Amino acid sequence: MKKKTIRVDHLARVEGEGALTVTIKDGQVVDAQLRIFEPPRFFEAFLRGRSFTEAADITSRICGICPVAYQMSAVHAMEDACGVQVAGPLRALRRLIYCGEWIESHVLHIYMLHAPDFLGYAGAIEMAKDHADIVQRGLQIKKAGNAIISLMGGRSIHPINVRLGGFFKMPTKRELASLTDRLLWARDAAVETVRWAATLPFPDYEREYEFVALRHPDEYPFNEGRLVSNRGLDLSVREYDEYFEEEQVPHSNALHSKIRGRGGYFVGPMARYNLNFDRLSPLAQETARAAGLGPTCRNPFKSLLIRGVEVVYAFDEALRLIAAYEAPEHPAVPVLPRPAVGYAATEAPRGTLYHRYRIDEQGTILDAKIVPPTSQNQKVMEEDLRRVVEKEIDLPQEKLTWRCEQTIRNYDPCISCSTHFLRLEIRNEMG
Amino acid sequence: MKLKARVIGIGNDYQSDDAAGRIVARRLKTWAPPGTEIFEETGEGTALLEAWRGAEDVFLIDAVQSGAPPGTLHRIDVQVQPLPASLFRHSTHAFGIAEAVELARVLHQLPSRLIIYGIEGERFDAGVGLSPSVEKAVAEVEARLRQEIGTRSSHA
Repeated sequence: MKKKTIRVDHLARVEGEGALTVTIKDGQVVDAQLRIFEPPRFFEAFLRGRSFTEAADITSRICGICPVAYQMSAVHAMEDACGVQVAGPLRALRRLIYCGEWIESHVLHIYMLHAPDFLGYAGAIEMAKDHADIVQRGLQIKKAGNAIISLMGGRSIHPINVRLGGFFKMPTKRELASLTDRLLWARDAAVETVRWAATLPFPDYEREYEFVALRHPDEYPFNEGRLVSNRGLDLSVREYDEYFEEEQVPHSNALHSKIRGRGGYFVGPMARYNLNFDRLSPLAQETARAAGLGPTCRNPFKSLLIRGVEVVYAFDEALRLIAAYEAPEHPAVPVLPRPAVGYAATEAPRGTLYHRYRIDEQGTILDAKIVPPTSQNQKVMEEDLRRVVEKEIDLPQEKLTWRCEQTIRNYDPCISCSTHFLRLEIRNEMG
Repeated sequence: MKLKARVIGIGNDYQSDDAAGRIVARRLKTWAPPGTEIFEETGEGTALLEAWRGAEDVFLIDAVQSGAPPGTLHRIDVQVQPLPASLFRHSTHAFGIAEAVELARVLHQLPSRLIIYGIEGERFDAGVGLSPSVEKAVAEVEARLRQEIGTRSSHA
């Protein structure tokens, strides 16, 4: 009996660290596991006893990889608890700051983390040796996203301007307009990015998924909408816990999310795109079509292209919001505490981010639940891994290992809050 | 003309010892001599490329985890040696300091002098406050930087 093991001790280019094992026996994949060692639930313990006004700041700082998403889910959940709805220009500004975060996060992933996989480089540094101009373009586009966040969030490493009911300080129309030229340049560069990305060699792999994302009557989703899926789910965010559950699996300390009675589901750019193609701007749709994408896409490797399309959309939307902006009278509406439970889901760059808080009459947080996108995608990631290895089982081990890592990176997983090391191990048991 | 110096403290205030670099930066804020700027950063690599742009002398301070005893200091002159990625095993960033330094080297965007102080951390879990050995190392780095930047300023 022959046994073979392939091991990568550190899987690079994902946010955070964990471990992954694929076991092959007699040419068949018998197991594919993403292992996360630390319990990700410390957020909740940290929040208990704190004020409802602090949740946005605390959750965004604990993680720090996508602070705007944490701020948005937290403020919307608290406002839901307190019966407040933020409308008009304040609502528009929240969309605008979210555009900035999508741009920053997606562009980092496209250029620094994912593209090297398709071009055969170990990372962005090696890629930059041959394609300095391309990497520079990525850095410049990302900087334009950062300019939105700096202006909206305050010139700090964390956006500090977001609060319950709105913002601490509003930008003037003139300040926002000062971004326009830069965003126009970056939108063109984003279109160019998709054109370039369309030439990358995408592995031929598709499967059926249940995609889950927010859907809004008029807009591509950021902060609002119903949770829908391509298999008939259509629910209010308040019903989240009735339809989704988290389960403990022996190989991971992070809880796995699933749809009750159904199983794994897919959140993130691919899900949003497949469920909301008709809500993209004309330019984003045109850019997608020119890259060979239709209104649906089931090849997770092409998530790179879809991130690119979402970047085009985010610039388009930012420009639209800036052009239409009229400063409101007050930077925030009052939010008064009451004993209640509040729910929110917003679309973080990596997918739906669910927050639920129970507060008392003083606004003290009694309990909290946070479900980040990566824990929702765990099951789908493991299943992809299993199928990709089955399909490409004849590849030399080195290439197969590479393909496994690339498969994980399709999801831009962010497991930093819950893990230490992501090791990839393929066990090949022949007997 | 005086050369610009920049101190960049890196970390996350809510991940225990990971805050070390930012605490050093904050303590130096009230002291910084003219021509010295003090920044704080999360450690996201592309933001670092921006943070040191335009500065000649850059001092980065971050908590590291290389397996050495907690509180151990590492001082690396990146013009002289590559930055070992193994120092930053705890990093939450897929594209972090080591990657930023090496990308900057390729793109010719390294400052003329870039010194990295790594403070070996003990705990990187969610929480506020430094371990005693790290607290001691923070004071040591602060003193060394006062001297290093002070000497530099008086010669400039």
